[in-house]
Amino acid sequence: MTRHFNTETFRGDYTYHNSPEAIRRFPFPFDQDTYTYSVNIAPHPGGPTGSTFEFAFDVDEHYVSEMQDRAITLAEDPNRCQSLPHMELAGWDLLELIMVSKARDYPDLFTLNRDGDQWHWINRPLGIEQRFTFLDPATLPYGPLEYITRQTQGDFALLHERDRNLWLDAGMITSQADWSLDFDVGMNFFEWHAPVPKARQMGVFDKALKFLLAVEQQQAYRRLNWTMTVNPRLDTSPENYHKWGPEKRSITPQNVGQKQFLRVELQTFWRLPRSNALAFPIRCYLCCLEDLCTNPEWARRLHLVLRDIDPVLADYKGFAVNQKTIVEYLAGFSCV
Amino acid sequence: MPTVEFSPSIDSRPTYAPLKSHGSAPAIMVADTAGADALLDLMASDSAVTDKAQIVLIAPASDKLARMDLMVKTPVHTTPDLDTAGPLVRQLLSTARMGTQMYLAGSEGMMGALCALATACGLPMDAIQTEHRGTAARRMQCVHCKGITEDVTTDPFECSHCGLTLFVRDHFSRRIGAFQGVCVDAETPGLIPTTQEIRP
Ligand code: HEM
Repeated sequence: MTRHFNTETFRGDYTYHNSPEAIRRFPFPFDQDTYTYSVNIAPHPGGPTGSTFEFAFDVDEHYVSEMQDRAITLAEDPNRCQSLPHMELAGWDLLELIMVSKARDYPDLFTLNRDGDQWHWINRPLGIEQRFTFLDPATLPYGPLEYITRQTQGDFALLHERDRNLWLDAGMITSQADWSLDFDVGMNFFEWHAPVPKARQMGVFDKALKFLLAVEQQQAYRRLNWTMTVNPRLDTSPENYHKWGPEKRSITPQNVGQKQFLRVELQTFWRLPRSNALAFPIRCYLCCLEDLCTNPEWARRLHLVLRDIDPVLADYKGFAVNQKTIVEYLAGFSCV
Repeated sequence: MPTVEFSPSIDSRPTYAPLKSHGSAPAIMVADTAGADALLDLMASDSAVTDKAQIVLIAPASDKLARMDLMVKTPVHTTPDLDTAGPLVRQLLSTARMGTQMYLAGSEGMMGALCALATACGLPMDAIQTEHRGTAARRMQCVHCKGITEDVTTDPFECSHCGLTLFVRDHFSRRIGAFQGVCVDAETPGLIPTTQEIRP
């Protein structure tokens, strides 16, 4: 199989773009015409051929450019990747999960040869070939978490389980919807979710935590979360808010179709075998309104969802200032 | 100083309850001058609580120090400010025995900083009690430059490191011992809302 990887940017001139195929497979997150918070967790057994759910770790046309964008962010701010000392084993668990999955699912792109603890990894799209000793950090150029997540799309949180809670004790976070790993590292499930409005009172977080604590090995689960982002920017971090904030106010009725993106996070949950930690990949997909509206059903539904959403959620998600312009644009595509 | 009523807040923000005696367990007690009253109340409730206690007062008023000296058998340590209290507390922790309790009383900023220090030294969170007394001032971390600004009493305020004007969030990190400050005019540079006093 031959694959194409886009040459594109997620900052500056923002040349990010989706092919017709990428638009077709975009994980549109709404299954109803209304939205509110819920415990929307489902098994993640794989999915239809070609869909973003098909494989454990989806590799798409943005792979190479996304990894270049991560490298830029890390060079400016190494603390986007952190791991408290007791999390190194979980890092190795994650490295194994990703290497084994990618080599199985994309044999044309990735190869993993294992001879005892002597591992040989080939990543063709990024031109990487690495021989190393599994569980020996001295044989890799970075810690195991950083090493593998510099080669895997999406953010990653590693949760340590203790006292019937989950603790955000390690992560690689460079494409976040406005939260800081450096600030949140070491927090528990309720502490890092504290800024989210309404959900705790609705019982969503208590139920979700209970569910996650019961996740066992060999089971994987997923949920979708979403927000709205102006320009195809991965690094919408609070650290750099003063740099990307002004762009949020650049939306006009003329440019909204191209500049306003629906940002969907495919979040998955994996229990790791040696550390018993939980891995929480957060994979970000971006699609501009104009491209989304090539699908009339998506245009119709998105219009209703964004028109009728609880203002508190619109505010928290950060698109309240542009809501009117967005909704008017979408109204033009639907005949409700 | 009386106990302060806090407005309802979010889950990451610590809550403060009156200190409760763990009897004669080994203890490290730290208070600023407002918090000294909370320690005096604690000692009045159970005199055994000072049996194996190391007491540190940060910049205490002389009357508070005098009252404390009367209550305890061992000398009270004093430091001029939080910066000098840090190394002293670290040293006390390094020789602390298993089961040591920590009692902190005073401003949120001081307690946040020492909680973070104590847990980083390996003291379990549930061995630390905190009681708020005195100022509503906050210890703030700038999310942009990561610098800490102590004793913030207004919202917004100016980061003492990078100079950005930051708004005061309720989101709190125990590891850092600080609230989060975020650029208030990020989307509309120069448009800064009027300054208000922070409420507890
Ligand atoms: C265990 C792994 C998880 C991690 C590391 C995680 C992390 C986060 C973070 C950092 C935020 C942003 C909070 C802020 O504003 O600072 C967030 C938001 C949120 N999380 Fe989680 N989360 C996890 C699991 C879940 C689960 C299982 C649910 C299930 C319902 C959930 C529901 C939410 C919701 C509803 C929001 C608000 C999102 C929005 O409106 O855009 N999270 N999460």
